[in-house]
Amino acid sequence: MTNIVIWTIAIITVLGVLLALVLFLVAKKFKVEEDPRIDEVEKAMPGANCGGCGFAGCRAFAESAVKASDLEKHFCPVGGNDTMAKVAAILGFEVKAKAPQVAVIRCNGTCSARPKTNEYDGFPSCKVKAALYSGDTGCSFGCLGCGDCVEACQFGALSMDPETGLPVVDEEKCTACGACVKACPKLIIELRPKGPRGMREAVVCVNKDKGPVAKKACANACIGCGICVKTCTHDAIVMENNIAYIDPAKCKLCRECEAMCPTGAIHGVNFPKALDKEAVKARIAERKKKAAEAEAAAKAAEAEQSKKEEQ
Amino acid sequence: MGKRTFSIGGVHPHDNKISRDCRIKPLAIPPTVYISMSQHIGAPAKPVVAVGDKVKVGQVVAEPGGFVSAFIHSSVSGTVKSIAPRADLAGNPVMTIEIAVEGDEWAEGIDRSETLVTAIPSDNKAIIEKIRLGGVVGLGGATFPTHVKLMPPPGSKCERVIINGCECEPYLTSDFRTLLEKGEQVVIGAAILRQVMGNVPCTIAIEENKPEAIVHIREVIAKLGYEGIEVMTMKMRYPQGGEKQLIDAVMGRQVGSGALPISVGAVVQNVATALAVYDAVQKNKPIIDNSVTVTGACAAQQANLLVRVGTPLRFILDAVGGVPESAAKIISGGPMMGRAVANLDAATVKGTGALLLLTEAETRRKPASACIRCGKCANACPMGLEPFLLNRLVKAGDMEALEENAIQDCIECGCCLYSCPANIPLLDNIRMGKGAVLGAIRARAAAAKAAAEAAKK
Repeated sequence: MTNIVIWTIAIITVLGVLLALVLFLVAKKFKVEEDPRIDEVEKAMPGANCGGCGFAGCRAFAESAVKASDLEKHFCPVGGNDTMAKVAAILGFEVKAKAPQVAVIRCNGTCSARPKTNEYDGFPSCKVKAALYSGDTGCSFGCLGCGDCVEACQFGALSMDPETGLPVVDEEKCTACGACVKACPKLIIELRPKGPRGMREAVVCVNKDKGPVAKKACANACIGCGICVKTCTHDAIVMENNIAYIDPAKCKLCRECEAMCPTGAIHGVNFPKALDKEAVKARIAERKKKAAEAEAAAKAAEAEQSKKEEQ
Repeated sequence: MGKRTFSIGGVHPHDNKISRDCRIKPLAIPPTVYISMSQHIGAPAKPVVAVGDKVKVGQVVAEPGGFVSAFIHSSVSGTVKSIAPRADLAGNPVMTIEIAVEGDEWAEGIDRSETLVTAIPSDNKAIIEKIRLGGVVGLGGATFPTHVKLMPPPGSKCERVIINGCECEPYLTSDFRTLLEKGEQVVIGAAILRQVMGNVPCTIAIEENKPEAIVHIREVIAKLGYEGIEVMTMKMRYPQGGEKQLIDAVMGRQVGSGALPISVGAVVQNVATALAVYDAVQKNKPIIDNSVTVTGACAAQQANLLVRVGTPLRFILDAVGGVPESAAKIISGGPMMGRAVANLDAATVKGTGALLLLTEAETRRKPASACIRCGKCANACPMGLEPFLLNRLVKAGDMEALEENAIQDCIECGCCLYSCPANIPLLDNIRMGKGAVLGAIRARAAAAKAAAEAAKK
């Protein structure tokens, strides 16, 4: 009996050692030379494998980044500048810091502002709904409210607000990976720079209908009146297809457009103080008055000048 | 011959033809009509009138925007008020000509008399040209331009023309009434179609739930003395009126995946299309009106109406007693394949066949539960697909597997959804996947074309 046990142990041990040797030799002989920096870069990545960078996952990003000649086309929105600094250090590149971004829902068609014109009884998915018809409200551009974006978000940053029927972004959790942007069939969600201390201005409407049509469908719609474009002193707002768009690179956060917007389609967030619309309007009126006076004075002076010359 | 039907799948919903005894009555002309530029499959038509122009009934207001496209005629006489995008019944903007009605003056050359013209012109090319100029499109639902169907690609030969009088969708009765009231015209239209396709035999297929129509059409054929036209009694089964199903039922031939009916020698036209062909060829009358069934258990009044193209849906419903309180859903078309109307201000198009009013109880969807793998959907699918599998693949987003499992063959008949005991929204998901796969196939074809052109250079 003892003999059998000893023999078994001995044979298995010898076999194990032999096979280990074979494995060792094979591993030596057929070793795939891999850039060790790939592992390093992968370790520096957040490891969410969300695909927000445009690659299949963190490893694919690392493989591509190691081969690249610069990091122009590589940016991890989840890890942001910290991660990119680490990656750049490993690979010996220089990287410019990018402004952190956040998903912005460009629709404020709340249940009260945008009355329903019919009831949708189909499968609760925005994609299915968008393929069937223009939606259950008068606005054919706005949020469909089935929550495809919420489902697409891996970070739990989106949720539906039952009161408004619209998705809400949790800025703390949003990594700006862009999954929601791709999931939305109405192209409502946009990644915008977070802004200094989170302060930013945005037009929260994508309705391209003409003013009266848009207004009839939704009380909060951008009616394309152009007042904001005229008000803006920084040339940051453009009007295209009856919809205003604020260029975040040019916006100086003066909030004058927000105060002047007749439908409240421009939203400013994270400002320390609530917007005193009347004060801002008074300020703009004062500035316009002064400008008009200055213009009149300049004209008068010019007329005087020409009179003198005639004489 | 026994009653025939197609060989795979299908369901048997209650036919609910409650408006079958209502004669087709002409509806009053509305004060304004809205004529859509997308009334057919293919490229939208291009308007040829300008705002302020006076138009007459039957005058061309838009010309084809491509090869697969059709002429569109004014259905009323009056003044063009605007040419602008307008919401269709799904709420999506479509280019539309708005015409304010003034009187009822018809364009010259249209024969408005009731006399039957039985002599068929001998020049087939001239006939096809007349069909093209008459803006005739398939009125069975797909609204495919008829003249394109009548010109088979070289190398293919038509062996039989099938006139589709199945009307297998529950509730609809406009084709049935057309067969009864305009049987002569339909038969002459069928005779024209079979002559154009090379004097091939012609079958008028009618389902067994319309015995009056079967008897009447048999009498008409005997009376008019046309040869080569027969009536076939079909067993009741949905979707018998589907093009590929009908070919299978009538000829016993199955059209391959992705192939056209002409590949097995068949050309299928609807009863209403045969009537439109008669009007266009014998009477020079383009499609300016079509018969619309207004029905539903809750409807104030059942009706079959002859409606001018471009009549607002609200106008039609008001004419038959308005929308009852109990109506929860209005469907354009039948209950199986029709589309819910989201916008009652939308106007009819050539292909509008019915307005169906359903109550909350009839239409409310039941909550979906998990798939119990009973396989009823696969049994019901008339295209031999496996809806439960496609549903799963759509959810997984596996485009390659979807294409392998022939999702693009789905005819969206709704048999899977109808038969599912777990109320799973199979068709909703499959339709979405089908769109995605078709997009991928088109993108691939475009890329292959671009690559071939690049190689040429």
